[in-house]
Amino acid sequence: MAYEMNFAPVLARAPELIDGAIATIELSAKSICIGLIIGLGVALIRFNRVPILKNIAAFYVETFRNTPLLVQLFLLFFGLPFLGVRLTATESAIVAVSLNLGAYSAEIFRAGLDAIPKTQIEAGLALGLSRLQTMRYVVILPALKVIYPSLTGQLTLTLLGTSITSAISATELTLAGAKIESQTFRSLETYIVLAVMYIAITFTFRAVYTLVGKWLFRRKVPKASIVAATIMDEETSQ
Amino acid sequence: MIQDFGWGSLQFLFLGLLWTAGLAFITFIAGGILGMLFALGRTLGPACIRIPIKIYIELIQATPLLIVVFLAYYGLSFLGLYLPPLAAAAISMTVYATAFLADIWRGCIEAVPKGQWEAADSLGLSGSERLRYVILPQALRIAVGPTVGFMVQIVKNTSVTALIGFVELTRAGTLLNNMTFQPFHVFMSVAAMYFIVCYPLSWWSEKLKERRHANSAAN
Amino acid sequence: MPTVLRIDNLTKAYGALTVLNGVNIEIETGDVVAVIGRSGSGKSTMLRCINGLEKFQGGTIEVAGHKLGSGKSNLRALRTDVGMVFQSYNLFPHLTVAENITLAPKVVRKLPKSEHPELVKSVLARVGLSDKAESYPDELSGGQQQRVAIARSLAMQPKVMLFDEVTSALDPELTGEVLKTITELAETGMTMVLVTHEMGFARGVANKTVFMNEGLVWEAGPSAEMFDNPKTEELRCFIQPNLK
Repeated sequence: MAYEMNFAPVLARAPELIDGAIATIELSAKSICIGLIIGLGVALIRFNRVPILKNIAAFYVETFRNTPLLVQLFLLFFGLPFLGVRLTATESAIVAVSLNLGAYSAEIFRAGLDAIPKTQIEAGLALGLSRLQTMRYVVILPALKVIYPSLTGQLTLTLLGTSITSAISATELTLAGAKIESQTFRSLETYIVLAVMYIAITFTFRAVYTLVGKWLFRRKVPKASIVAATIMDEETSQ
Repeated sequence: MIQDFGWGSLQFLFLGLLWTAGLAFITFIAGGILGMLFALGRTLGPACIRIPIKIYIELIQATPLLIVVFLAYYGLSFLGLYLPPLAAAAISMTVYATAFLADIWRGCIEAVPKGQWEAADSLGLSGSERLRYVILPQALRIAVGPTVGFMVQIVKNTSVTALIGFVELTRAGTLLNNMTFQPFHVFMSVAAMYFIVCYPLSWWSEKLKERRHANSAAN
Repeated sequence: MPTVLRIDNLTKAYGALTVLNGVNIEIETGDVVAVIGRSGSGKSTMLRCINGLEKFQGGTIEVAGHKLGSGKSNLRALRTDVGMVFQSYNLFPHLTVAENITLAPKVVRKLPKSEHPELVKSVLARVGLSDKAESYPDELSGGQQQRVAIARSLAMQPKVMLFDEVTSALDPELTGEVLKTITELAETGMTMVLVTHEMGFARGVANKTVFMNEGLVWEAGPSAEMFDNPKTEELRCFIQPNLK
């Protein structure tokens, strides 16, 4: 019970915190790469209405979007060993976060594909472009631009969501904080420091997203919006 | 002593679900009221109100919910208040919901076409009359879909409070797992219960958004 | 007839772009003035300065006894005397036609509820839509919505009415009914300023026409004369392809 705050013991363990931050970024980056690939695949399946696969895809998307990440994590971490699959905590975390992101990004990508008027595709085909070429030159960049706020918002949510993986002791920042907290007994101070670190990481990534957007779209760039990702409603979240 | 997973287990989980629903409800009401105030303040207030609100929203949106929960939990005991985990859960969830709802609703107010503001002005309506009769009614209609959608997020995010010991559905699941050692049964049931609550809300939210887009396209 | 609108040396710029370069206009009670010109000539901007929807940097505007210029102005009072009808109608979608019409009179002029039906009846009759009082805007055609917008503005009994390209968003068939309504309104003696592309209307109904170019009043005068004997090259070129 501390009547005065004392950050010194926490700050003294800065190296562990930095390691934790790096671990969080690594975990997020790996999950994001896998998750986006899954999401894109699922979105294309649904957009092109591939029989049977599209129903599996819909089932996947709806179940992962309507259940909490923590439950998905527990299910994987505690359940897989019974199937004979033994993953480390961090590996389980990556699988869970990837699958979770896959479902959310599938919906975001789908909205992007739907946003391109059919007439654009028809114009591309009429000019003699193949379907694939039309997708590449006419559809992808405009679609990406439309969904950029939602997508980058979702990536931010994913990074922040990795903190939940501390529940199964995956190696990341919140776990590092929990260790420090249990040893220094400076609970409030530890979590204040963690909050500041997460905020710093988030703001840095948002700046990166903005720069990437500027390069991709070379003109006006939509801002990364967590709200856009949360409510998937382009109109009200610009 | 390992228990069997049976009807009693489901009842235990259901109790957790009730606590989940309760927390979600409190969060939505408290967060809704504050979120509305903040949204109005952010859109219409003077800079000395707009800027702190903007900072608040930006900071909360850049912090993991789990950290906010821990801050509330340890912050309360730091202040000398020894309350059950429900208090920290409710406070932290409210702080989080306020930030997001304020942002969503601000977006809805700004989504009302500029022509409506101008038409109201041209008729001689004052600022507050314009808000009350023309802008807010329309903003509210725009807001229904996204707000229902956010309720789904609230329900799912209550699971995070399991990690400070609040016995809602997810924590009930963890406890049950420790008693029965049947993680698939336990967590599939837990997932199913969340799904049963969330899926209808998600579906309804999509319907509301579709309906509004159809309406504004027709105009 | 007394002057009801005077614009003196009005200048406005958006950043580095000058939109109005010193506009001078004088309008008398009962005038129906058409403002014509190319896109970008500043006509809509000038119109929107009159009721304060746009701020301006230089010059003064005096309309219906209200002054706009350097210093504070009571926009709300001005707007109860100056009505505006927009290109995109801007009807309130969540209110019925009757509610659209009575909102401002109720809230601004504190018109008692007992007098609402009478007001709705009289203004709707003037625009020829008496049977639409309980309809919602999305149940009406574009032309009908625009006429309701005119009725809504009339309900505030303005001294001057401003029309900002009110037929530009309408199909040709619907344009006719709106122009008819406006013509009838003009015949009742309402002072009106209309930014419009309808040259036939400008020549036939407006008694004065103002041709704007490059943010200035390039030529102004009685409509018939302007269209029959344009004095400047620019007006000549503008009218040529436009007049049917």
